[in-house]
Amino acid sequence: MKKFERLTSAVVPLNIENIDTDQIIPARFLKATTREGFGENLFRDWRYNGDNTPKVDFVLNDPAYKGQILVAGKNFGCGSSREHAAWAIQDAGFDVVISSFFADIFKGNALNNGLLPIQVSEDFLAAIFKAVDQDNNAQLDVDLESQTVTIVATGEKTDFEINAYKKSCLINGHDDIDFILNQKQSIEAFEQAR
Amino acid sequence: MSKTLVEKIWDAHVVKSEAGFPDILYIDTHLIHEVTSPQAFDGLRKRGLPVLRPKQTVATADHNVPTINQLQPIKEELSRYQVDMLTKNCAEFGIELYGLGHPFQGIVHVIGPELGITLPGKTMVCGDSHTSTHGAFGAIAFGIGTSQVEQVFATQCLLQQKPKTMKIEVNGTLGKGVTAKDIILYIIAKISAAGGTGYFIEYAGSAIEALSMEARMTICNMSIEMGARGGLIAPDQITFDYIKGREFAPAGAEWDKALAYWKTLYSDADAKFDSVLTFEAEDIAPMITYGTNPGMGMGIKENIPATSSQPGKEQLSYQKALDYMGFDDNASLIGKPVDYVFIGSCTNSRIEDLREVAEFVKGKQKAENVTVWIVPGSKQVEQQAKNEGLDKIFETAGFQLREPGCSACLGMNEDKIPAGKYCVSTSNRNFEGRQGPDARTLLVSPLTAAAAAVTGKITDVRDLLAEA
Repeated sequence: MKKFERLTSAVVPLNIENIDTDQIIPARFLKATTREGFGENLFRDWRYNGDNTPKVDFVLNDPAYKGQILVAGKNFGCGSSREHAAWAIQDAGFDVVISSFFADIFKGNALNNGLLPIQVSEDFLAAIFKAVDQDNNAQLDVDLESQTVTIVATGEKTDFEINAYKKSCLINGHDDIDFILNQKQSIEAFEQAR
Repeated sequence: MSKTLVEKIWDAHVVKSEAGFPDILYIDTHLIHEVTSPQAFDGLRKRGLPVLRPKQTVATADHNVPTINQLQPIKEELSRYQVDMLTKNCAEFGIELYGLGHPFQGIVHVIGPELGITLPGKTMVCGDSHTSTHGAFGAIAFGIGTSQVEQVFATQCLLQQKPKTMKIEVNGTLGKGVTAKDIILYIIAKISAAGGTGYFIEYAGSAIEALSMEARMTICNMSIEMGARGGLIAPDQITFDYIKGREFAPAGAEWDKALAYWKTLYSDADAKFDSVLTFEAEDIAPMITYGTNPGMGMGIKENIPATSSQPGKEQLSYQKALDYMGFDDNASLIGKPVDYVFIGSCTNSRIEDLREVAEFVKGKQKAENVTVWIVPGSKQVEQQAKNEGLDKIFETAGFQLREPGCSACLGMNEDKIPAGKYCVSTSNRNFEGRQGPDARTLLVSPLTAAAAAVTGKITDVRDLLAEA
């Protein structure tokens, strides 16, 4: 799994709530049998018209916004369990997603792929959107070790929570399968005891 | 110590619990389908691992399959490849597949229960968020991502934090024309599309206890639409009667042993839930959604809430949703013409749903302006519908009875709703583009869908039932 420790980057702001996984990657693009290439269709129907021409007013089509941090409104990633949503975001070059609230399955999928989901308060989220409004190149500093996000221009800083085990997985690039495979004896003992 | 039902089942499946780590949870049954499994099989190959317990894994092809001429080669190349890949992977790893042409094929959350695979007290997972459906039997069942599908393949376990628990009680008696689908749409409208996030929900109360198993599945199915990972209902005599005699259900001495255990599966009277909500069945009307998440629902005779009535931060997203749907603040939906009616999906494609629709439309005709698709949840449901002559009723009414699959619920196959068109749908999600790019979805019960099919417009089914 991809490692993550620290990132300073501009952000792509998507100030919309309840962004569901069908928006992130519509079902009709789930037919691939590998993990790669989904970035092309990230937010497909918000990014492109029916004739495949780009929608110029959508932020991912605006060259003014670049960066490896996606910032979105609350309840991000609700809906289906498709891990393709996390793959698409990562494949499009993002390493971090910030929102004031994440849907459970999306959050787990992101963590299992080394894409860091960070939940911040509504107020801090508003502060990020404000900073990006003022300067489209506004930088955020994300430090997993200290579990902090800082708006570089203003110095506004917040802590974020992450399960200690998941944090060590991200820092070391280990995944759950590596962990459970080491527990094979416990699993067999459990099965025999039933 | 007193425990909730979730805690009882959870604790019985913990392989290892260590401070600072998620629990290692043993998974009894793993259901898989063609869309979220190929990358997991690939992962196994890369690691050089087998499927640890292939006999505890069951596969079917549902998301991507055509619903007409199902036994012809699939026309769409990528869909065909994905379905073929499932066949190949199941053969390679020794997994039982109920693929196209098999009498057990169908939507994964329809076939598990009807085959007696879904049982009380089990832990069940599937790479599909509507896995919560199986909770209707008093099982812990939840959707997982593909990395976790690989994890279960490799270890028959999952690393999971124990969820918080919520009890939702619905008491009293439902009115005429009000069904299980209306109960769950009502609850989601009350607590929002995120109101259950972080919780496992136990549904209880006299209105829930009075429901059939299939109706309970409809309720548990949509737990994820309020963000809850899973939902479940304590098993009772209705549950046991449903299971007995099914293909893979325990029989003989095994049945007696299982039944004795199942009877211990309830939340203790003084068990503590992290949250408790109570609703009255009498307050629930036939429901309809007007927006682009399942929380945007209302009683069918109500008016769409004004944007100004929403919290300030949410107004932009709310307005965007109404614009997408082509609806105005304060509008009534009654009498609004519809283009498509879709009766199907893991929420409402079982035999009782089809019977309810057939009984309502018997002797009636669909309206000219509407295309009506009925997509049964499984080959068994399809066969049963034919045995009961429901197919003739649908044919006479001008409804198309198609072959089983997920179909227009998510439009992965050809069954897409055209851009701008309104589809009254018994499925579970009204997200933008869910049923096809720019398609507009209104979620309802099968009965309300049948009423729209007959009148060609959004109709309060109670008005038609009163006439009859």
